[in-house]
Amino acid sequence: MTMLEIRNLHASIEGKEILKGIDLVVNAGEVHSIMGPNGSGKSTLARVLAGEACYEVTEGEILFKGKNLLDLEPDERAREGVFMAFQYPVEVPGVSTKYFLKASVNAMRKHRGLDELDAFDFLELIKEKLKLVHMDESLLDRAVNEGFSGGEKKRAEIFQMAMLDPCLGVLDETDSGLDIDALRIVAEGVNKLRGPDRSFILITHYQRLLNYVVPDFVHVLLDGRIVRSGGKELALELEENGYSFINGEINEPVSV
Amino acid sequence: MSSTTTSDPIDQWEQTDEYKWGFVTDIESDTLPPGLNEDVVKAISAKKNEPDWLLQWRLEAYRNWLTMTEPNWQNLEYNKIDFQAISYYSAPKSDADRPKSLDEVDPKLLETYEKLGIPLEERAILAGVAVDAVFDSVSVATTFKDKLHEVGIIFCPFSEAVQEHPELVRKYLGSIVPPNDNFFAALNSAVFTDGSFVFIPKGVKCPMELSTYFRINAISTGQFERTLIIAEEGSHVSYLEGCTAPMRDENQLHAAVVELIAMKDATIKYSTIQNWYPGNAEGVGGIYNFVTKRGKCAGDNSRISWTQVETGSAITWKYPSCILQGDNSIGEFYSVALTNHHQKADTGTKMIHIGKNTKSYIISKGISAGVGRNTYRGQVKVLKQATNSRNFTQCDSMLMGDKCSAHTFPYIEVANSSSHIEHEATTSKIGEDQIFYCNQRGISTEDAISMIINGFCKEVFAELPMEFAVEAKKLLEVSLEGSVG
Ligand SMILES: Nc1ncnc2c1ncn2[C@@H]1O[C@H](COP(=O)(O)OP(=O)(O)OP(=O)(O)O)[C@@H](O)[C@H]1O
Ligand SMILES: [Mg+2]
Repeated sequence: MTMLEIRNLHASIEGKEILKGIDLVVNAGEVHSIMGPNGSGKSTLARVLAGEACYEVTEGEILFKGKNLLDLEPDERAREGVFMAFQYPVEVPGVSTKYFLKASVNAMRKHRGLDELDAFDFLELIKEKLKLVHMDESLLDRAVNEGFSGGEKKRAEIFQMAMLDPCLGVLDETDSGLDIDALRIVAEGVNKLRGPDRSFILITHYQRLLNYVVPDFVHVLLDGRIVRSGGKELALELEENGYSFINGEINEPVSV
Repeated sequence: MSSTTTSDPIDQWEQTDEYKWGFVTDIESDTLPPGLNEDVVKAISAKKNEPDWLLQWRLEAYRNWLTMTEPNWQNLEYNKIDFQAISYYSAPKSDADRPKSLDEVDPKLLETYEKLGIPLEERAILAGVAVDAVFDSVSVATTFKDKLHEVGIIFCPFSEAVQEHPELVRKYLGSIVPPNDNFFAALNSAVFTDGSFVFIPKGVKCPMELSTYFRINAISTGQFERTLIIAEEGSHVSYLEGCTAPMRDENQLHAAVVELIAMKDATIKYSTIQNWYPGNAEGVGGIYNFVTKRGKCAGDNSRISWTQVETGSAITWKYPSCILQGDNSIGEFYSVALTNHHQKADTGTKMIHIGKNTKSYIISKGISAGVGRNTYRGQVKVLKQATNSRNFTQCDSMLMGDKCSAHTFPYIEVANSSSHIEHEATTSKIGEDQIFYCNQRGISTEDAISMIINGFCKEVFAELPMEFAVEAKKLLEVSLEGSVG
């Protein structure tokens, strides 16, 4: 089954074109990694998928489970199963993480025609998923992301993903800022969530994440276009040679 | 936080039948021409059939007012008020001038009532539908009054108290807010038309929340309201003022005065929801609300607690205060003030510690959206003799979007070394980023805002009587609709 199909996607912010024709197909169960230099448009792609209003899609289309994703509001996309782990998760002051997650989980469940979880079942679920990322429950009593360290924020994003059971997880540099143990924990978390009905897009700068979460495909994004695609060995190549060797090929037609 | 309320507010209202409380006042229908002079003051007093001492009291206030200048220290600008352009007495509209049924009422207003969860029968009253058509209140009001009468409580319109209990009114009127206290209090003292009077005798716990909500007459006496609450030794009362529904009012200036007196071991809890017309999105129109509210903890171990949710009015100028005179007395101020669009609020409290071991708590939550401006102004003053006194102030501001502003002006004076004061302040911003984050987790924008606001205000909502709290939450949501994202 095709989970996500992006066709000739162009997107701009404040009149400046950032994505300049992206084509990408992600099938159910696949893990795709997107790499590319700073400013190449990786986060933009993630945020366009999630539906952030400041980006304007000027051309192209996105199909998610066969549905036109661009027709849906951000919260509808989330309820359909698109999850994005933010590169920089924001703080939501005054709202405890537990309360926030309960609202979130129940919004998803309602959409799927399930009953809302009562407080008891919800706490059970929390306990189970916390184990996945070895996170301390006390963090959940604080306001969403408030005062979390960089690493705690990233871990909390993966925890939320585990709670919400999405079809597509888009992880924007979730590995950046993690110490080596945390990296392994987060990667294990992702691996446990891997399955035939779930797909991932991992945005990363570092091959080391891909040692833990082995991708099916690696794509190189450069100046708003996917300029190379390949298997996991492409990441190793990039690690050795940097992006400069691709720059040389940029005018070549690219086959995906 | 866990302050979700699953129960349906409409159900809750139906469970209480207090909403049938009512007062009936028979006032000849007429209106004084605009303008203010001694004759106007005399005319008001005469219409109310007041004793001479009260007329003299009003006249003195008026003469004082003439020598005073409008305050200008507040962080508010507004169009100059022409005090000669205001009519200082107008009788309530006669039934002939009112809509005959809800069909004649602005549908937008009705939509808001619905969003707020206001029961059908009350919507008609609030929309000003001719009262007889919806309300056969006389007998109900009587039952209610009987119940209070049994325990010796007096709860009646102020003008009735002047007739029925002149000795009490004379003793306490102006004893907390003197007629020359400030410009607006002086004006109110000269021209107030009505309000509420409450007397709770020694040792009595008021068996119900006292509310002006369903006092239909209040709808038309709101402009210069005068309220006086006296809680005698060991008594206890909770008083609710205002309502969440947007109130119809053609008067632009509101200048109310509220005085509370708590004797030894007495407790007064005063809750307000203020939702007067805030003006339109461009900042045109709206009520100017200049209120003087003050309570005196006169006896030892007494307690006065102010809780306010201020969402209405174009201009709000209001500092409900406590004079903590009795030893061990406690003053509290819990406030949510919301300014959206062009609204401006300068609000806060004064806690004056005079007795020993006195305590005060201040929790202020300011929410600004649009180009709104929200100012907290609070004074904590601990006199030399008020040894071992404590104050805790928490003052939080929330900015929605980046065109609004929040300001905090705490004034602290402590004249002894055994007292202790703590002040905490935070400012947080809610913007499209926060809303998008919530959206990305499947939470709709509407739910996200309500979640954020409820989280922010929960300590204040917790102080409101249950049904008021439910409405207050909805009110904030409705007031903020479309302000973010
Ligand atoms: N509001 C904006 N106005 C103009 N340009 C913007 C705006 N927001 C982002 N950009 C630009 O869009 C480009 C792509 O940004 P994006 O965040 O997608 O890059 P990235 O590939 O995620 O980079 P990094 O690896 O540093 O996270 C950058 O050049 C950035 O400066
Ligand atoms: Mg990025």
